Amino acid sequence: MNRKQGADTLMRFAFMASALGSLLIVVMIGIFTFREALPAFRGIGLQELLTGTVWRPGQEEYGILAMIAGSGLVTLGAVILGVPLALGCAIFLAEIAPPAVRELVRPSIELLAGIPSVVYGLFGMVVLVPLVRGIDLPGNTGFGLLSASMVLAIMILPTIASVSEYAIRSVPQSFREASLAVGATRWETLRRVVLPSARSGILSAVVLGLGRALGETIAMIMVIGNSVIVPAALNDNPLTIFLSRARTLTGNVAVEINYATGLHQNALFATGVILFLLIMVMNGTARALIGRKNWERRR
Amino acid sequence: MNANTVLRKLGLLTILAGAALVLPSCGEQAPAEDVLQDSTTAEALPESFTGELSVVGSTTVQPLAELLAAGFEGLHPDLTIVVQGGGSSVGVTSASDGTADIGMASREIKPSELDACPELRVHVIARDGIAIVTDPGTDVTGLTLDQVRGIFAGEITNWSGVGGADQVITVVSREEGSGTRAAFEELVMGEEAVITGDAILQPSNGAVRTTVSITPGAIAFLSFGYLDETTAPIAVDGALPTEENAADGSYRIVRPLNMLTLGEPRGAVAAWLEFILGPDGQAIVAEEGYLPVN
Repeated sequence: MNRKQGADTLMRFAFMASALGSLLIVVMIGIFTFREALPAFRGIGLQELLTGTVWRPGQEEYGILAMIAGSGLVTLGAVILGVPLALGCAIFLAEIAPPAVRELVRPSIELLAGIPSVVYGLFGMVVLVPLVRGIDLPGNTGFGLLSASMVLAIMILPTIASVSEYAIRSVPQSFREASLAVGATRWETLRRVVLPSARSGILSAVVLGLGRALGETIAMIMVIGNSVIVPAALNDNPLTIFLSRARTLTGNVAVEINYATGLHQNALFATGVILFLLIMVMNGTARALIGRKNWERRR
Repeated sequence: MNANTVLRKLGLLTILAGAALVLPSCGEQAPAEDVLQDSTTAEALPESFTGELSVVGSTTVQPLAELLAAGFEGLHPDLTIVVQGGGSSVGVTSASDGTADIGMASREIKPSELDACPELRVHVIARDGIAIVTDPGTDVTGLTLDQVRGIFAGEITNWSGVGGADQVITVVSREEGSGTRAAFEELVMGEEAVITGDAILQPSNGAVRTTVSITPGAIAFLSFGYLDETTAPIAVDGALPTEENAADGSYRIVRPLNMLTLGEPRGAVAAWLEFILGPDGQAIVAEEGYLPVN
């Protein structure tokens, strides 16, 4: 074996080791979290954990339904607020903006990704919370799902915008030219040709954003109120549910882990396992969705 | 977070493994000779101590204990004092079963805990007041202890119920497990009352203070050390939360910061406690914003 081939083999093993190492880390974290959570699944029971609405570790009551609902609703809110905004940014950057403007706007959006989440939390706490409090309803303190969703929407904006922009730009120029050549307007081209072609990339972008939203912790703790209640509408208008306080799965772990011992600690790890599973299910669904769309298109 | 937990567990395990071999535990008769001391009397200061003391328990006492440990280690360079958190309850158990030389608790020791371990000795090293604060825009300046309990239990939900303007009360609290919350529950809420589930929870004294300062109609409890002009202190039963009122007993929401030993302290443990209760230790206590014990 000559020296060149030796280097090849060596590098191949080095890269393979990196890949396997990353895999090992994921597996180990999974095993560790699950092992720590096991006593909770045994001692409390999966059903009690998933359907219980009372979380009072002092009284040995461990139900995380309120936190599942909190995480779910705040993520939904972030998607409703954040995805149109991010997609608008992406379309503008990819299709409309002149290069000079693009070179100004894109780094600014990317800068958003570099801001530490505690700064978002602080911004939310002193700017958005008082703003939301302006909605004059009894029981509305500003702390709650709406403020948290607004913070999250800004936080997932750079991820969704930049990945979607890349997806839109990857649509071959010939597609646009063909569409315009048969007399379609720019808007029709965008809506009927470009966006459908970029759909799987855009979907991945949204899923990435969702993952970030579900995992966000510190900024959520600062603005969501952390009350262990299943969010409920404040009056007859169901939309007021977003003014309700809530607690997220991540927040539950972060707020209490420092004090937790015994079953309480296991229950917090169980919270982590549920979060882990939620994200896995979400990624799996998205993967399946994207896969099917690609397959349909190829057909 | 996970790393922290793991480290703490490892630390606790080390202590368990090490201490279980040499220390007596509650229920055992006649504590064996303390292996940590060089000499049999604690009174013969100054003398030099060697070895390691383990101190486990309340996260409220922990920072203070670390400073007190550093001060004492300065006098006894060969002695190492390892201070670890875990919470007041862990402090009581560790001291009771002898897995730690000293337990820390930022609350009163329950009669049930003393029944379970009559050998437990409680040493009050400092006191910490818990103030009731509102946002500065609230026009109520004084409440009775019963009113405070009613508000935090969610029974009184409007300031008009306690003589204030017609404004909804927003209760802000620490999270379950916090020592400040445990002490507040014990001193104010009592056995039956529970802090309302509707309360905004913030995970630190600082976050509680900020929340109160920006939320009209908010009320919360805060450790004395966190009082400043961004929140308005409430007089409870006529006494404002000041160090003087806490010292003369007129302000009643005051919790002890305790060190716990199994049996009478001896050797290095006794010497450290003596240092803590002496002028140098109490100066550190006062410097950190707690009330010295005299």
